[in-house]
Amino acid sequence: MWSTIVQIFPYAITYTIPLVIVALGGLYSERSGVVNIGLDGLMVCGSFAGALTIYKLQPTMSSSSAIWIGLLAAMAAGAVFSLLHAFACINLNANQVISGTAINMIAYALTVFLARNVTGSGNIHITSGLARRNIPMLSSIPIVGKLFFSQTYATTWVVLLILLISWFVLYKTAFGLRLRACGEHPHAADAAGINVYRIRYAAVMISGAFAALGGAVILVTYSGEFTGNVAGLGFLALASLIFGQWKPLGILGATFFFGFASTIANVSQVVPALAAIPGVILKVFPYVVTLIALIIFSKSSQAPKAAGEPFDHGKR
Amino acid sequence: MKLKMIKGINKNTIVSLLSIILGLLAGAVLMLITGSNPIDGYTYLFRGGFMNIERFGNTLATATPLIFTGLSVAFAFKTGLFNIGAAGQMLFGGFCATAVGLSLTWPKPLLLMAMVLSAILGGALWALIPGLLKARFNVHEVVSTIMMNWISYWVVYYAVPAYLKGSFLETESRRLPHSASLRVDWLTNLFNGSYINLGIFLAIAAALIIAFILNRTVLGYELKAVGFNRHAAEYAGINVNKSIILSMMIAGALAGLGGAALYTGNAFNIQIGVLPSQGFDGIAVSLLASNSPIGVLGAAIFFGLLYSGRGFMNAMTKIPPEIADTIIATIIYFAATNVLIEGFVDRIRRKKRGV
Repeated sequence: MWSTIVQIFPYAITYTIPLVIVALGGLYSERSGVVNIGLDGLMVCGSFAGALTIYKLQPTMSSSSAIWIGLLAAMAAGAVFSLLHAFACINLNANQVISGTAINMIAYALTVFLARNVTGSGNIHITSGLARRNIPMLSSIPIVGKLFFSQTYATTWVVLLILLISWFVLYKTAFGLRLRACGEHPHAADAAGINVYRIRYAAVMISGAFAALGGAVILVTYSGEFTGNVAGLGFLALASLIFGQWKPLGILGATFFFGFASTIANVSQVVPALAAIPGVILKVFPYVVTLIALIIFSKSSQAPKAAGEPFDHGKR
Repeated sequence: MKLKMIKGINKNTIVSLLSIILGLLAGAVLMLITGSNPIDGYTYLFRGGFMNIERFGNTLATATPLIFTGLSVAFAFKTGLFNIGAAGQMLFGGFCATAVGLSLTWPKPLLLMAMVLSAILGGALWALIPGLLKARFNVHEVVSTIMMNWISYWVVYYAVPAYLKGSFLETESRRLPHSASLRVDWLTNLFNGSYINLGIFLAIAAALIIAFILNRTVLGYELKAVGFNRHAAEYAGINVNKSIILSMMIAGALAGLGGAALYTGNAFNIQIGVLPSQGFDGIAVSLLASNSPIGVLGAAIFFGLLYSGRGFMNAMTKIPPEIADTIIATIIYFAATNVLIEGFVDRIRRKKRGV
């Protein structure tokens, strides 16, 4: 049992990290009052922008600098692409769910359309991804070292750092307080002199950048290829956001839980100890758990109160 | 509600038409950017959908699942619900129909009825859970139907290889025999070998029935009343919880029928690892039709045309087929931001009146 856990742990973490950053992006957006179900499309957008950048740059420079530039390009692309959602939801008072659906569909179609013009097949393969590394010193700590500090990707630490900074920004800075206020009671925030529109724009762009980073992290860690979808992980991130009750530490727990379950399902074919658990149970587990969480928290949900409601300056 | 008729022309129609034009323009810009001629592109796209009777049949067949999912989303919208789970309901309904079609060896008419019924039940069952959660616990149906989509995806992902797989491929079910297909010889021959099937008649019937229920029955009135204002409806003595559950189940049943049309009519088997895109396109269809069941027919056929013509366009030009999906997605975006277009229309009207 122990050896199985040690074996699959690095995979579980690899699988969890993109979910963390995407759910965190969703957290910014929803905490500011804009529901973002376009996370999945934004991930695809990031995966595309990252793949294209790395594909073009890898022959000209060292592989790892191409990858890091690719990740930055993905974030920029996601932030720009999410402006479509921001504009529709913030300026035009559009239905946020419909706009998010449109974002998803535009991303799925447009990226493959563009990719076909580049490669013909619509898939973009990158020559090499990030290398796994053991962290010096820490990886030799018994138990913990084996689980958390062996065979890690650099992106894992970047994402965890972003999570830590995000917690600080959201709860310890004026910007974070304002952002949360806009999601709870935008009119009160407005009365206090906060520019709700500007805060929401910032939040949606952050969510776009983070979701796109998530898509690109998948690309440079375990997939190595842009294929036009991310297997619905954007929706799993959305489930994590709800199950984590819109809190940074909550989503860390939820994503790890879901990531671990999915990894077990993915590897259960090859690991005899796990073959006894039917894959379908492990795969539907995150979604069923989210439904149950929705029921349990239905009376005391921590959901931002104004999420999904357009803010109209004149309607106080 | 901005449903007023102004000077005989329905504002919704103008918004829809402008959305289509803007979507097509966006497509043209994309074609230009990637170095193709948009006029050629659209000529081949529309010829691909209408050139001859066979292609016209294919356009109608492609439109069939879209009619069902469009109706599903439109019906839910009319009753105040947002059914974003049409894809999952459709997948599960189609799975049920395929399972029945592969396991029973009844005569064709009887078997088809059983398959259609199982698709209805499967879709309705998949929507029952979000309906219950909404009615009983006030869980927002957008989130719960998204979760149900992925539950459906994974259930089918594991159930098809376990119970319905053929001898070679793990990723799709066995091929349905002719006796379990919605395709019938006379229709295929009438359309010169097109894959049009009985689904189109079911779809038209469904549109008429839904229009009748919504506009002419007490049930439709009650469901719409709950959609407009839950509390007012409750005060008026309508059983709100029952209405929500029933609305969701009807929407699910429609999507389930779409699954039957797609997997047992247009196709011969069900594939795993894909949530049918028609489920999400249904949102576009419904928006473009401003939730009118009859409008859904027109909007779905328009999208069917884009989808069925894109293959021909791709064969004749260098334009990738995903242009059709991009155009549809852009149309949804413009339909969602209808405030912009409505404001524009209003401004023009005001200028005409000289105010």
